[in-house]
Amino acid sequence: MYRYDEIDREMLADRAAEFRAQCARRLSGEMTEDQFKPLRLMNGLYLQLHAYMLRIAIPYGALRSDQMRMLAHVARTYDQGYGHFTTRTNLQLHWIKLRDAPDILDDLAKVGLHAIQTSGNCIRNLTADPHAGATAEEVDDPRIWAEVIRQWSTFHPEFTYLPRKFKIAVTASPKDRAAIRVYDIGLRLHRDDENALSFEVLVGGGLGRLPHLGPVIRQRLPVRHLLSYLQAVLRVYNRHGRRDNPNKARIKILVAALGPEEFARQVEEEWELTDKASVDLPSTELARIRAGFAPTGFETLSPVSTAFEAAKTFDRAFARFARRNVLTHKVPGYALVNVSLKAIGETPGDCSADQMDVIADLAERYSMNEVRVTYEQNLLLPHVKLDDVPAVHAALSAAGLATANINLISDIIACPGLDYCALANARAIPIAQDIARRFEDPALAETIGELKIKISGCINACGHHHVGHIGILGVDKKGEEFYQLTLGGSAEDDAALGQVLGPAVAADKVAPSIDRLVEVYLRERRQGERFIDTFRRAGLPVFKEAVYAEAH
Amino acid sequence: MPKLIRWRGGVAAWADDAFTAVDDDQPVPPGDVIVSLARFQREGRYLLSQSRNLGVRLASDEGPESLIVDLPRLSVLALTFPKFRDGRAYSAARIARERLAFAGELRAVGDVLLEMAVPLVRCGFDAIEPTDASTPEQWTRVAHRFRHVYQRAADGRAPAFAERDGV
Repeated sequence: MYRYDEIDREMLADRAAEFRAQCARRLSGEMTEDQFKPLRLMNGLYLQLHAYMLRIAIPYGALRSDQMRMLAHVARTYDQGYGHFTTRTNLQLHWIKLRDAPDILDDLAKVGLHAIQTSGNCIRNLTADPHAGATAEEVDDPRIWAEVIRQWSTFHPEFTYLPRKFKIAVTASPKDRAAIRVYDIGLRLHRDDENALSFEVLVGGGLGRLPHLGPVIRQRLPVRHLLSYLQAVLRVYNRHGRRDNPNKARIKILVAALGPEEFARQVEEEWELTDKASVDLPSTELARIRAGFAPTGFETLSPVSTAFEAAKTFDRAFARFARRNVLTHKVPGYALVNVSLKAIGETPGDCSADQMDVIADLAERYSMNEVRVTYEQNLLLPHVKLDDVPAVHAALSAAGLATANINLISDIIACPGLDYCALANARAIPIAQDIARRFEDPALAETIGELKIKISGCINACGHHHVGHIGILGVDKKGEEFYQLTLGGSAEDDAALGQVLGPAVAADKVAPSIDRLVEVYLRERRQGERFIDTFRRAGLPVFKEAVYAEAH
Repeated sequence: MPKLIRWRGGVAAWADDAFTAVDDDQPVPPGDVIVSLARFQREGRYLLSQSRNLGVRLASDEGPESLIVDLPRLSVLALTFPKFRDGRAYSAARIARERLAFAGELRAVGDVLLEMAVPLVRCGFDAIEPTDASTPEQWTRVAHRFRHVYQRAADGRAPAFAERDGV
């Protein structure tokens, strides 16, 4: 995996020194909170309900073992011994003291980590397909391009004060595991008719108050022109995006107002005038970054592992884990091992410092030092030999990390909600815990199959509720927490926004309502249908009837 | 009179401001002046014919492209930050410098704060009317906080990829 060179490291050191000076001026009273706020936000430091929250960037969701150990160290030393992985593949620490923040940034910088651009109206931390470098589906390693964009967007002088925050996701597979249609810019690498690598560019997706799926504004962008084209998109947005109303300032509103064709035309016009050679990376630099991600150390193995097959036969828990959490690798004899952060009754996405250390050790011993973070708030060991999966499973089990529920009903996305967040209307975590407990029986969960529940505590939609097969949105009704249900959303290649089921329900009615929806699905489903397939075929009314029948 | 800081050769220093910023409802006084785009479009030809230096002030929703024909004859282009969070003038500045080759003074006016030093200098501004109590010494220090940059802009600094290439 790409390692920061001297220049990258000096950038982090300079940033940490700058923030230390700014914190000192705030702590001495030289700066007011009002003056300090925009500065701390640019370093990912929020003031929440109970304490400061630090959002640490994990660029394109890729971590090395030493970085994971440092996250554990920071969580243990400066916080309450745990952290929260988010849908943006960042790590949030929710109990931070301002005076510790400069030391934390120094510690993080030692292993090439930082909190740069995890907040503010700038180009935020990048996300990418967590299966990068491990899946046979991809046409190239998307991390190469994500790293290209990371460097270009870091401290970009023209795009530091955009109308609103700006998020970019990159994938190189037909199957979308990076939710590119709900991003400000979604990039999908593919091969064009002449077999050359190019990007499909989607602009103007986003969730929040006014959800949009991003339209394609350019079908084929030669990869060498990625940065000059991104500059053109960002420049059109910076100049013409709305600044009169923060709720209408995201690029999705500009694209929708102009129409995708007109927006694309303005981008092309700007791009035509751009001196592309001054923006696009020279091929030597592209090659340098590419080399940082080159696969190394894979052994020639049999595609079938006797140890793996034996464990499946003799250990039912392992067999379930293998079915749910283990995926085929592009290299024969290797596997991707999902590590669920959705243990029943726990907070989705939370991980203790001790668990982080366990995962770091497993990555070092069995997964070429690599760990990934997924937008579904789970972790992934991308390069595990099939022969080693039983040992990895045993170690994960001992640490409470072997829940075999990937993509099942208890693999719920939830934002921190009103338990932590100053913006929330309602709690999200207890709702997720209720639902997970109700479907705790793993056999039942497997019978139900793939069902993606996503919960947000407010309309800002950090929990992606619009694109859940079942979406749950917390709303405030005269001071009480209520929850609006939506059905039929998806963030993947079949992306769709969910439809509102009916009036919002009280907190204690959410899990029973999910029960009813599942009953309808199990009754109505045809051979091979997932929940969302049945919903799309059978339609909303049959589900609505089941949930609201008692009210009639 | 606002205080003016000028950026020359990587150092900020106080500067005398020879220009009077003229509002649209004021008569144009003698001497060097900065007028709005609307006024320039009405009276520009006349003002340029007089023996004085002329500057034009663009609001944040106005682009330098509207001045393309007259830019070589302007001494100052003043770009407005209605709020420091409104970053449109950074794009306008880069277009003026890099695309339209504007060689006169590029001045940041409006809500201009010390913490904007890096993006201002990188996007080609060489004159600043700060609204906070900052000093030229502070501007010089803040603008040099980072030893490297990752992208080309209007300041001519070599980006990281060029440093790595030994260019």
